[in-house]
Amino acid sequence: MTTTEFLVPVLIVGLLICCAMCLYRIANGPTAADRMVAIDILGTVVVGFVAIITAVTGKIYLLDIALVWALVSFVGTLALAKYLMGKRLNE
Amino acid sequence: MNEIIGSILITIGVLFDLLGCVGLVRLPDVYNRIQASTKCVVLGTTLSLLGAMVWLGTAAVVIKGLLCILFLLITSSTAAHALSRAAHRSGVQLADASVVDHYAQDLQAISSNEEPVS
Repeated sequence: MTTTEFLVPVLIVGLLICCAMCLYRIANGPTAADRMVAIDILGTVVVGFVAIITAVTGKIYLLDIALVWALVSFVGTLALAKYLMGKRLNE
Repeated sequence: MNEIIGSILITIGVLFDLLGCVGLVRLPDVYNRIQASTKCVVLGTTLSLLGAMVWLGTAAVVIKGLLCILFLLITSSTAAHALSRAAHRSGVQLADASVVDHYAQDLQAISSNEEPVS
């Protein structure tokens, strides 16, 4: 029990470092595609956050947030990719 | 025991996340960044969800976790494919150290084959 109590803040800090790296790439990516990749990865990292918080607190309904977050991030990334290709959404 | 195995799985997942994000920062090109970061971060998040499933161990969390892993595997690979295709179509150049560009060669072959037909 004490090992997990010690471990959980370390894991949260590790994922915060991941978010900081993604924010660095969003801030000064050379092209628009770099920023979109970083936004996609940031959405996946947030799903990992929700998994850790679910495991620690034991509240199972938090996994619904992870599921919906993955799907909404997918739709947003596809819309941005279509925008980058210069097409409309019905093509 | 469940807590120990679950925390070990979550720790491995967070390590993979960190390596993927280091690839996102360090690599020189959009396509390299897509390849490295998508594979590593999806594997790390999948391991984190598996760790949460093992840690709690009830039926509801296992079903929701498996559904989340399934959606994550499908959507992330599709989004990475669409992003790299859109980046290539919008004219993002490859890095200087690249040796081959098969997509551009395929597009050239298709256009040169279709010209005598049309």
